[in-house]
Amino acid sequence: MRAVLSPRRQQRPDEPAKRTGSAALAERVFRIRESGIVVVLAVFVACTAAVQPRFLNSANIQFVLIDTTVFALLALGETMVVISRNVDLSVGSVVGLSAYLATSLFGQHPGIPIVVVFLAGLGIGLACGIANGIMVAAGRVPSLVVTLATLYIIRGIDILIVGGKEVVAQSLPSAFLEIPKATVLGIPDLAIAIAVVIGIGAYYLRTFRSGRDLYAIGSNPEAARLAGLPVGRRVFTAFAVSGAIAGVAGVLWGAQYGTINSTAGTGYELQVVSAVVVGGVAIFGGSGSVVGAALGALLLSTISSALYVLGISPFWDQAIWGFLLLLAIALDQTITERLTSALRKRRTRHA
Amino acid sequence: MPSLRGRPLPDLLRPALRWETGLAVVVILILVIGSAASPDFLTGNNLFNLGLSNGEVAIMVLPMTLIIISGEIDLSVASILGMASALLGVLWNKHWPMPAIFVVVAIVGLAAGAVNGLLVTRLRLPSLAVTIGTLALYRGIATILLGPNTVSDFPTAYTNLGVNAVPFTGNDLTYSTLIFIVLAIIFGIVLHATPFGRSIYAMGASPEAAQFAGIRVKRIKTILFMLSGLICSLAGVLWTFRLDTAVQNNGLGLELNVVAIVLLAGVSIFGGKGSIIGVVLGVLAFAGIQNALLLTNFNQEATGIVTGALLLASVFLPNAGRFVRRLTRT
Amino acid sequence: MEVARLDAAESQPGSRTDAGEGQPVLALRHATKSFGAVRALVDGSVELRAGEVHALLGENGAGKSTLVKILAGVYQPDSGTLEVAGREVALHGPAAARAAGIAVIYQEPTLFPDLTVAENMFVGRQPLRSGRRIDRRAMHDETAAVFKRLGVPLDPARIARGLSIADQQVVEIGKALSLDARVIVMDEPTAALSAAETGRLFDVIRTLRDQGAAVLFISHRLEEVFTICERVTVMRDGSHVLTSDLAGLTAADLVRAMVGRELAERPPEAGADTPGDPVLTVDRLTSEGVFTDISFTVRAGEIVALAGLVGSGRSEVARAIFGIDRYDAGSVTVRGQHLRRASPVSAMAAGVGFVPEDRRQQGLVMDMSVEQNVALASLGRLAKGGLIRASAERAMATDWAARLKIKYGRLTDPVSMLSGGNQQKVVLAKWLGRKPAVLIVDEPTRGIDVGTKAEVHHLLAGLAKSGVGVLMISSELPEVLGVSDRILVMREGALVAEFSHDSASEEAIMSAAMGQQVAK
Repeated sequence: MRAVLSPRRQQRPDEPAKRTGSAALAERVFRIRESGIVVVLAVFVACTAAVQPRFLNSANIQFVLIDTTVFALLALGETMVVISRNVDLSVGSVVGLSAYLATSLFGQHPGIPIVVVFLAGLGIGLACGIANGIMVAAGRVPSLVVTLATLYIIRGIDILIVGGKEVVAQSLPSAFLEIPKATVLGIPDLAIAIAVVIGIGAYYLRTFRSGRDLYAIGSNPEAARLAGLPVGRRVFTAFAVSGAIAGVAGVLWGAQYGTINSTAGTGYELQVVSAVVVGGVAIFGGSGSVVGAALGALLLSTISSALYVLGISPFWDQAIWGFLLLLAIALDQTITERLTSALRKRRTRHA
Repeated sequence: MPSLRGRPLPDLLRPALRWETGLAVVVILILVIGSAASPDFLTGNNLFNLGLSNGEVAIMVLPMTLIIISGEIDLSVASILGMASALLGVLWNKHWPMPAIFVVVAIVGLAAGAVNGLLVTRLRLPSLAVTIGTLALYRGIATILLGPNTVSDFPTAYTNLGVNAVPFTGNDLTYSTLIFIVLAIIFGIVLHATPFGRSIYAMGASPEAAQFAGIRVKRIKTILFMLSGLICSLAGVLWTFRLDTAVQNNGLGLELNVVAIVLLAGVSIFGGKGSIIGVVLGVLAFAGIQNALLLTNFNQEATGIVTGALLLASVFLPNAGRFVRRLTRT
Repeated sequence: MEVARLDAAESQPGSRTDAGEGQPVLALRHATKSFGAVRALVDGSVELRAGEVHALLGENGAGKSTLVKILAGVYQPDSGTLEVAGREVALHGPAAARAAGIAVIYQEPTLFPDLTVAENMFVGRQPLRSGRRIDRRAMHDETAAVFKRLGVPLDPARIARGLSIADQQVVEIGKALSLDARVIVMDEPTAALSAAETGRLFDVIRTLRDQGAAVLFISHRLEEVFTICERVTVMRDGSHVLTSDLAGLTAADLVRAMVGRELAERPPEAGADTPGDPVLTVDRLTSEGVFTDISFTVRAGEIVALAGLVGSGRSEVARAIFGIDRYDAGSVTVRGQHLRRASPVSAMAAGVGFVPEDRRQQGLVMDMSVEQNVALASLGRLAKGGLIRASAERAMATDWAARLKIKYGRLTDPVSMLSGGNQQKVVLAKWLGRKPAVLIVDEPTRGIDVGTKAEVHHLLAGLAKSGVGVLMISSELPEVLGVSDRILVMREGALVAEFSHDSASEEAIMSAAMGQQVAK
């Protein structure tokens, strides 16, 4: 005879509304980070232009766009690294080293094709990136420590090589210096080119297995390993690419400023990380896009420009970046925690 | 068998045996090579200069050690130094009395550390990320305070603290070195012999077990960050007096040196391990290397190479065997 | 293609020979597995046929999870054979198990929260189109097709973060299907599901069965077992005990098969003299979503056991009492003193000690020495003038090591060098050194050899006799019955039964824990 079963646990009405509520919330949150940047940007521009119409004249817009190009490029490489739950702090030093070494080629080898100079910059950056990549992928040391060290090693090498010298604009071919200045319909060619590169980067990260693997690795490193993804190889590649991009960015830096000494690129890593995080790339990896990061770079440049136009001292820049970075990290964490705890509570309640 | 306080000596020495011994050998090597390379190396005068140029960094190393042992990190130390320096300059310009300035600077240092501590313990943000942010924020505040200006007219009574030797000790001891020695002794006792120090090791080695043993992890970590803030402010004051200059980029980049020394000292980046003896040796090794570079006319601004290389060595060497194996496998 | 040994290398699905008629899809025969001195599996055997849902039953510690891990390729058995589709295989890792067509759905799915459902399903093996680009359309469509097969309308394009556990499970099941799994093991799949979600899961399982897969269903909920499964295998103490069709069996039969054993020896000290005053009073303790309205008392000299299935909320109650976790309502009083919420310091000051469930992460600082661990909760007491007195620390460690008969090399050795049993004694020493009024122990003898187990039981009994109130959480019924004076049973966050030592039996406790009433 069948045993008398005790009453089933209470039939609890499902709460589909709440469940889709939190799912929708999660999606909304992640879309917000990026469309949010656009909104913030628009609002910011509008407010500043209202106070100071000069902000929106074409010369200023061009200036902001050009100013952004180097950072947007750096943001592309940095995003790949951060998505995989790492960080590359050496990019500023790579920019500096590449800027000097590549542009001094013009003086040493007059008539050298500009393309070759760019390739040289790329090569220098690639070498640095490979060094970073090997140490992070094979060693069990946080990428922050490794790239903090290479930040200083590469800067030191730069100082040793450069000493008190500098590359001056006169030694650079005018075609090279024109690169940032060329415009089409009022928009700098360079900005368009960078936008295209960012688009390519975004496409790669979306459409190729190696790109998606980076997201998986950042989202859940243990699960990635268990799933058999080549974690070491992917992380190495991300650092190598970040370095190569920084190398190219260095050459562009040289074209933009014309005068390159041993201080080129100092402090850029912090701005790039700020731009990336503000642009919606989670500091713990797994989500975010290069487009968002580029927009973050644009936002930061816009803020700098706005401060200048409004007559506020540019000395406020760094404090603002720092504050924004903290805000972005804190928001990121709080949102994730809220989501997780809301899920956990609901899950056990249904048990 | 000789013993100290009921403990056989070999047992006492065992934890110190491995990394610190190697480090002591390195220090001795540096002394030997240095004095061979240059007759000035071991003179009192040179030691004095060593104290001058490394005193503030050495002082900042001490609270950083506790923070890293507890499982966190503070990259904003140099920015707090800069902020304290800027504050000192700005308030002095406004003709505040120096004692009042000291109080304000101390409070601001504590507050800066408290912000770090609260963000890490209450919002549960990783200290790595937080202190990168505050590194920028505090340096930014220093920049806002001073702008492009420098303040250089501090009274000699105070700037002498930066450049003169401590009276009655011969001519070789800087105030910063003295402060370092005193603090090192205090920190050493606290870390190695008090419940507070033991708790720091526990929470670094095993955060959950520490909590389950009733250790107030959040409170202690916040205290450590505040302590760091206070001491870095002190370092900022010393730095400003030594150079007789308050400028926004005072101490720029020093956080790397501080972290490098702590890791060089055998303190594990993952927390739970390390000793003050190692830290003192690390400071000596680092200062010795800097000095050797100086005496051999190595470009001072490029010493970052050496610091960075030391940093890498100190984190990879302990895992050297594992590292090579993984390289050859992948 | 001859596949005698399946390694992590790719193996084309479809090259796998399907089971012939009547042949089991999977057969594990007499597998054994030991971890050091602990024999987790003594005779693990299970046989699965195509198109069936097969239940695997057993108490905690019966060896189920070890068996599952062997099937998953995570562990390799010390002896015994595993046959897949009639051919003997040796699985050297999870990838080999996947290649053999075995998929395991764990209680806590590990998805990638930031990727979409479709990407989770196809991580690392996304379908490609020209130029090695990911074919998102194909990925989306194949994912949708899988969900259609399962009868679950999940949107392949949504992000995995925010999915309920039930949905995450479905994604994992879908993943298994898309990998052509023929054996799907589900480890306590309904533990986190509501009634409606469970119903939906059962529909999915029936679909899988109808499509010819074999489902191994592990659960403690007998009514579910009777609803969805056709055959059952029962394990006890690491061994296979029973395999049978479910038709004709009753819940009582199953429970008896799971627990039937000789009652363990009751330690001579046990059986308290009249217990004294209440030392621990828990009043209507509630933590939303975790446990509700828990009220009980522990008296001086009493050992109260808190029994129940894993996940019933016992450890959470203990942690809330000690102050590690917050609770939402109710109160805890120790010797008349009300404890501050979420404050281990307050609990310790009132005289509560807590030996946690996870020895290695929560009970000990593995890198520290034996004596440092013993002293960890008594640092204040061992200090004079602010400095820890090394001699006092040494004396405390030596004293307790002797009293508890802890085997160690030197007191300064890292505690990680000790055996599990001795490590547990160190944890006990840490708390006993504080002379607690109340001692909470969570799974005091988990992972400990038989000899030390007995010592720990004697110790607890002796402790009670000296006036301490002991609250013991345990999943081992002999331990619960052998050592305690009173037994409280929790199920799904609520206290459902109380037994005195004399009125308790393993069947009674088990039934209360599982929600059955067994006609005697």
